Amino acid sequence: MTRFSALNLFTKALGGHKGWQEQWPTAEPKASYDAIIVGGGGHGLGAAYYLASKYGITNVAVIEKGWIGGGNTGRNTTIIRSNYLYDESAHLFDHAVKLWDGLSQELNYNVMYSKRGVLMLAHNVHDVQSFKRHIHANRLNGVDNEWLTPEEAQAYCPPLSIDPNARYPVMGAALQRRGGTARHDSVAWGYARGAASRGVDIIQNCAVTGIRRGPDGAVEGVETERGFIAAKKVGVSAAGNSSVLMQMAGLRFPLESYPLQALVSEPIKPVFPCVVMSNTVHAYMSQSDKGELVIGAGTDQYVSYSQRGALHIIEHTLASICEIFPIFRRMRMLRSWGGIVDVTPDRSPILGKTPVPGLYVNCGWGTGGFKATPGAADLLAYTIAHDAPHPINAPFNLERFRTGRLIDEAAAAAVAH
Amino acid sequence: MLLIHCPYCDEKRPEIEFAYGGEAHIARPLDPSALSDEEWETYLFIRSNARGRHHERWRHIHGCGRFFNAVRDTVTDKFETTYKAGEERR
Repeated sequence: MTRFSALNLFTKALGGHKGWQEQWPTAEPKASYDAIIVGGGGHGLGAAYYLASKYGITNVAVIEKGWIGGGNTGRNTTIIRSNYLYDESAHLFDHAVKLWDGLSQELNYNVMYSKRGVLMLAHNVHDVQSFKRHIHANRLNGVDNEWLTPEEAQAYCPPLSIDPNARYPVMGAALQRRGGTARHDSVAWGYARGAASRGVDIIQNCAVTGIRRGPDGAVEGVETERGFIAAKKVGVSAAGNSSVLMQMAGLRFPLESYPLQALVSEPIKPVFPCVVMSNTVHAYMSQSDKGELVIGAGTDQYVSYSQRGALHIIEHTLASICEIFPIFRRMRMLRSWGGIVDVTPDRSPILGKTPVPGLYVNCGWGTGGFKATPGAADLLAYTIAHDAPHPINAPFNLERFRTGRLIDEAAAAAVAH
Repeated sequence: MLLIHCPYCDEKRPEIEFAYGGEAHIARPLDPSALSDEEWETYLFIRSNARGRHHERWRHIHGCGRFFNAVRDTVTDKFETTYKAGEERR
């Protein structure tokens, strides 16, 4: 792997930039691996990277049915934050935010993590009370989050309308300054490059069609479109298709998959300095470095794998955006798309072991998996390497739906889905 | 937006008239106190989440207000059929 550096850039420029080697080679599947990760998104590639770099397992393959980063990693609104209410969630997401810090340096790949701040708007008394509760809970967990008055919020984000006559006036906002955005493709590519340079095989265009189990019930490997690949340890990190893969191993999961849409506007000059989210009117927005306004909508109401949603959902979101940011009323939207998110009943992920020995799962991130990418990847790798969950992801087990020890962020979510 | 046929109104209407009601044919336990934790888990949380043919409930909330069942392909979002509540699974 050629390291990216100013010197390297300069010397390669002398050769007309023709001397760069490919960032990760196209791998042919071997007959067997020590571990297989199913799903080549940020979470899966990251897990392979940490297995190789941190936990000493380098004979690893990532198997992706499409192209890497082409699923939800390439379809989200790239928001990063960790201001979750419950202790378990705060620890989990803050683990990720800590890893975001320094990720570009570690990967030698610019993931463009920008701590521009995440502003969450309160529009009614309930929001105000709930956000203040979040702020106090976050501070107890060492997660930064602070309360802003409407005027302070507008000073932080000038396009914001704090007109008291608005249908849903802004009554204040919670601000997490460490929150922000990152470049989603870079995350997948950076992890892929880092993993491949440590010996991980990245196998694209190869769908997993079955999970083979031995007579003792343990995992023996995966059936794929390109034949059987043996591995004693298989980690599934397949977002919307997680329950489909779990069924291949004979497991039924508490998951439902919904379309979630996002859209971008035409690119404009930098005007929007942070991320703004609003639960009550249901919209969230930031501006990409390319200049587009990146806008997230809610999930469609029905189970689907179609990777597209309905227009009325987007319409509703844009109505909210126009209400909060009147200056954008004449903007044109360029494109919209959908991804399939796997949602658990308590809106917290499932990250850990499964009842099948050797099968590990990282799923149920619902509408908010991107922010957790490095953390989820690290914890999945840890769980695979040790055959036991890390204390941070131990509460996010599958058994909680039986024991009732739920982590009910559904009721505490920043944006309801 | 989906076009959904309400079997009561016998009309195809736009999705915004309807509310999704989750997976269909999940029977409420007759004797709840006799259920084990595992059975509760299955009843409350485990869903087929089928990729393909999916049985689901819809409610014509801005129409007749009634619940009915539907079979829809979750990959194409195309409805195969809708039928009245209480009818046999199709």
